Amino acid sequence: MPGERVVIVGASHAGFQVAASLRQHGFDGTITLLGDEPVLPYQRPPLSKDYLDGKIGLDLLLMRPEAFYRDHRIDFRPGIRVAAIDRAARRVQLATGGHLAYDHLVLATGARNRVPPLPGIELDGICYLRTLAETEALQLRLTVARNIVVIGAGFIGLEFAAVARAHGKHVRIVELVDRVMARVVSVPTSQFFAAAHRAAGVEFTFGAAAQRIAGHAGRVDHVELADGERLAADLVLVSVGVVPNSELASAAGLDVANGIVVDAELRTADPAISAIGDCASFPCVHAEGRPMRLEAVQNATDHARCVADRLVGKPHPYNALPWFWSEQGPRRLQIAGLTAGHDQYVLRGDMESGQFSVFCYKDGRLLGVESINRPADHAIARRILSAGREVTPDEAADAGFDLRTAAARPA
Amino acid sequence: MPRVTYIDIAGNEKTLDIPVGTSVMQAAVLNGVDGIVAECGGSCMCATCHVYVRDDQLAMTPPMAEDEDAMLEGTASPRRPNSRLSCQLVVSPEMDGLVVYTPETQT
Ligand SMILES: Cc1cc2nc3c(=O)[nH]c(=O)nc-3n(C[C@H](O)[C@H](O)[C@H](O)COP(=O)(O)OP(=O)(O)OC[C@H]3O[C@@H](n4cnc5c(N)ncnc54)[C@H](O)[C@@H]3O)c2cc1C
Ligand code: FES
Repeated sequence: MPGERVVIVGASHAGFQVAASLRQHGFDGTITLLGDEPVLPYQRPPLSKDYLDGKIGLDLLLMRPEAFYRDHRIDFRPGIRVAAIDRAARRVQLATGGHLAYDHLVLATGARNRVPPLPGIELDGICYLRTLAETEALQLRLTVARNIVVIGAGFIGLEFAAVARAHGKHVRIVELVDRVMARVVSVPTSQFFAAAHRAAGVEFTFGAAAQRIAGHAGRVDHVELADGERLAADLVLVSVGVVPNSELASAAGLDVANGIVVDAELRTADPAISAIGDCASFPCVHAEGRPMRLEAVQNATDHARCVADRLVGKPHPYNALPWFWSEQGPRRLQIAGLTAGHDQYVLRGDMESGQFSVFCYKDGRLLGVESINRPADHAIARRILSAGREVTPDEAADAGFDLRTAAARPA
Repeated sequence: MPRVTYIDIAGNEKTLDIPVGTSVMQAAVLNGVDGIVAECGGSCMCATCHVYVRDDQLAMTPPMAEDEDAMLEGTASPRRPNSRLSCQLVVSPEMDGLVVYTPETQT
């Protein structure tokens, strides 16, 4: 509709993509993209990989160069935080003062680092890895650090550990539960990655809680575990997950439950407000309709496309297959579908060779596939799962069975 | 600098001078060629940087690694014999004059 005003809060993967997709579909109204970070929208995945390692510069980290926003009439405003939503007046209040009216508001506020309430958490040398600013601070520290403690063995902690080891640093990872990436991947995948990191020289302490961080003259000195063990550290990366940025929504009276609650078309209870990406809790058709909040580029961008479609008059329920990737040193993990909650798995390929996939089932139905250096399995698994086809555990485990047969089966 | 021409489905052409060592995907993103999405930033993980290389120019392009071949199975527009992932096409002097066609859709 000409003259329609779309305001997007949060200018990262999700927010950027709404703006880009709207213009791609010929949306003719105004698009205002507000981000509280001081830079053009950039990609987060390389922060813990090639950018941290200095292999790519800022130009290639950016989603698009500045001219893109001009050329596509996207009014991108950096360094602007939205302080409140006035639903009755359909306008947002900016932290710098002033208001902005909308016909449709998209909340793409993402998530922020979870900061554990540990004594000493404010010491100099405690680092995080979510934003460009944090990554740049971490890069400087990394060059001079000797002993690194990583709290939390999730994707980001492990990706960082791989880079830090490649720089010859001593790295110990402290993890509360008994395996790496436990929230998201199957046991064999955890075991394989833990062994690979160990072989690269990373040390692990599992089943251990950091209890406090101690320092000298304001600088971190060591991390103390619940059993009293002290781990010397001049750099501590805290990577214990994120908290969704849902306060704007809750203050405006919208439902929040582990994220901003949206319906199958990613709308909040207020039809003029959508929520997408890391901040949104949506009914996921690939998890039997249960509410899910996912943290992945695919999720952020596919959510964005779904909302853009609706705003140009082509509404449809969100049903994209979740997929995810991680690069840890030379090892590549690709996940198709959501494997959490499986009650059975089978391996395809050979774990020893470092190239295998884990097919995860629940009640005999394929939930998802984790592929380690097996991109072909991943690509076909995406097709199979997107189309709602099945591969039996026996077929998956049979190296002679061509997965493409399953992808081509009639529905 | 080697020159690469991008042609979209509507026939719009754009020719870029690309520094050796930059990928066909990176040059497109940096210079506003819209038909390439590149959701994974060039990690060969997403298949949204799909292009068709002009049929008679396939020999100019670097050989395809197993990863790329595998991920091409998951493109949104049909895979053809001249399909490549542009993030894997790192520009070299031999690629001067290359023409790539962006597909109807990447997602
Ligand atoms: C280091 C790292 C590595 C990753 N690697 C991978 C990977 O390999 N593969 C993968 O699939 N995913 C990866 N992810 C996850 C992926 O980056 C996220 O899922 C994605 O960034 C989510 O995008 P988003 O736009 O929803 O939210 P975010 O990226 O969190 O962005 C939200 C933005 O909104 C801003 N904002 C919040 N509140 C306001 C406000 N009130 N006013 C204005 N602005 C506001 C925030 O500051 C932020 O800039 C990685 C994440 C990190 C941090
Ligand atoms: S950019 Fe993702 S595969 Fe090329």
